[in-house]
Amino acid sequence: MRQVMSETELGRVTRRIAHEIVERNHGTENIVLVGILTRGKPFAERIAKVLSEIEGRPVLPGSLDIGMYRDDLDTRPKTRIGPTNIPESIDGRTVILADDVLFTGRTIRAALDALTDLGRPGAVQLAVVVDRGHRQLPIRADFVGKNIPTAAAERVSVRFEEIDGADGVWIDAGVEE
Amino acid sequence: MNHLLTMENLDRGTLESLLDEADDFAEVLTRPIPKVPALRGKTVATMFFEPSTRTRMSFEKAAKALSADTVSFSPGTSALSKGESLKDTVLTVRAMGVDLMIVRHQATGAPWRIAEWLDIPIINGGDGAHQHPTQALLDCLTIRQRFGSLDGLTIAIVGDVKHSRVARSDIFAMTALGAKVILVGPSTLLPLDPEAWPVTVTSNLDEVLDAVDVVYLLRVQTERGGASVFPSLAEYAVKYGMNTERLARLRPDAVVMHPGPMNRGVEIGYDVADDDRSLVLQQVTNGIAVRMAVLFRLIGGEQDA
Repeated sequence: MRQVMSETELGRVTRRIAHEIVERNHGTENIVLVGILTRGKPFAERIAKVLSEIEGRPVLPGSLDIGMYRDDLDTRPKTRIGPTNIPESIDGRTVILADDVLFTGRTIRAALDALTDLGRPGAVQLAVVVDRGHRQLPIRADFVGKNIPTAAAERVSVRFEEIDGADGVWIDAGVEE
Repeated sequence: MNHLLTMENLDRGTLESLLDEADDFAEVLTRPIPKVPALRGKTVATMFFEPSTRTRMSFEKAAKALSADTVSFSPGTSALSKGESLKDTVLTVRAMGVDLMIVRHQATGAPWRIAEWLDIPIINGGDGAHQHPTQALLDCLTIRQRFGSLDGLTIAIVGDVKHSRVARSDIFAMTALGAKVILVGPSTLLPLDPEAWPVTVTSNLDEVLDAVDVVYLLRVQTERGGASVFPSLAEYAVKYGMNTERLARLRPDAVVMHPGPMNRGVEIGYDVADDDRSLVLQQVTNGIAVRMAVLFRLIGGEQDA
């Protein structure tokens, strides 16, 4: 297991992404920030904190559970569904989805379905800590912390203090085929 | 868990995990579109050989909220009235490609027989005077939401225990979750061998009123002969009916529950049913969430080998 991003670097990319979001959307008035459970949630909360500081108005992050929307529900172990909690209406707003790792794109597809059941956003943008490639669907991120080329068998783990006890990104060789 | 037939053999951990998941699904039901695609492509059959309003509708709503398709069977309008046997009826419905069956039947044990004949999960939606497991789950969820836990609570189940599958399921679930259960009713409607159950019994409702957290009223089941073993409905109402005078003598945080359908003016007073301390409608709402949890447990996601 090797570390590819330190706590300091994770903080830095979070701040950069927050600034990019403000620049791209001309402020934060029209945006709703939504973290995909589990680790998109702390990422969204951290982006929200920076956004609130730089724009001087509070941004309330939401959370989105996509467990029931997965296309591989029949083949994975059952997990409990988490709370979907979005503090504002998403109708007509720009929703910024936040997640830890962008890999196949299937999680994001499920998240787009879940959002559709909550309302009709004006636009949806995607912010991720790590883009590791290997897409299986035509999906891309708007804001990327770091592009990390990986082998398919490798495992990328983004960790957050509030869930994992430490901040940073690690890569595990995984099982070689 | 392959079937849900009875509350007798469920341990505390299983009950609590089902209630936790039901709480999760209760949140789904508050979303703008209260529907998730978890059971898309699955078909659920409601096989109700005995009349039902709330249980059947609640299961259908739960299945649809999980995006399953539903088919339903009613004896009056089916080939059963042409003499088709129970076994042929359920085999026929199974052959149409259903993934799970919810069975209500007047005969005790019918869901077990069907579970032997078929290779799909069966949920007991009420068999005779025996068991009604999802009712017990929704009752326990409602109590848990109100009090945080059933541990240490005292619950009086009042009325026609003898004919009540609700009581038989509730007793096991509530005591497994740590509550103390007192059965209250005329001796002709109480079990003959109460010492075989984890309960205490009394025929005097008034003496337990100030000692209970929950008064759970059972319906007087006139269709199962429930009214033939006491002198009159009016006398029953006087001795065992939850009226406003008795409501006032409960502890301030105690609540009143009823599985429905209610006989207002008999076991529950007209005003009591609509009182803030009556959880009757919350029970109905919770019924959908617990049935979603059970359906998802039985046919959602990867199945236990």
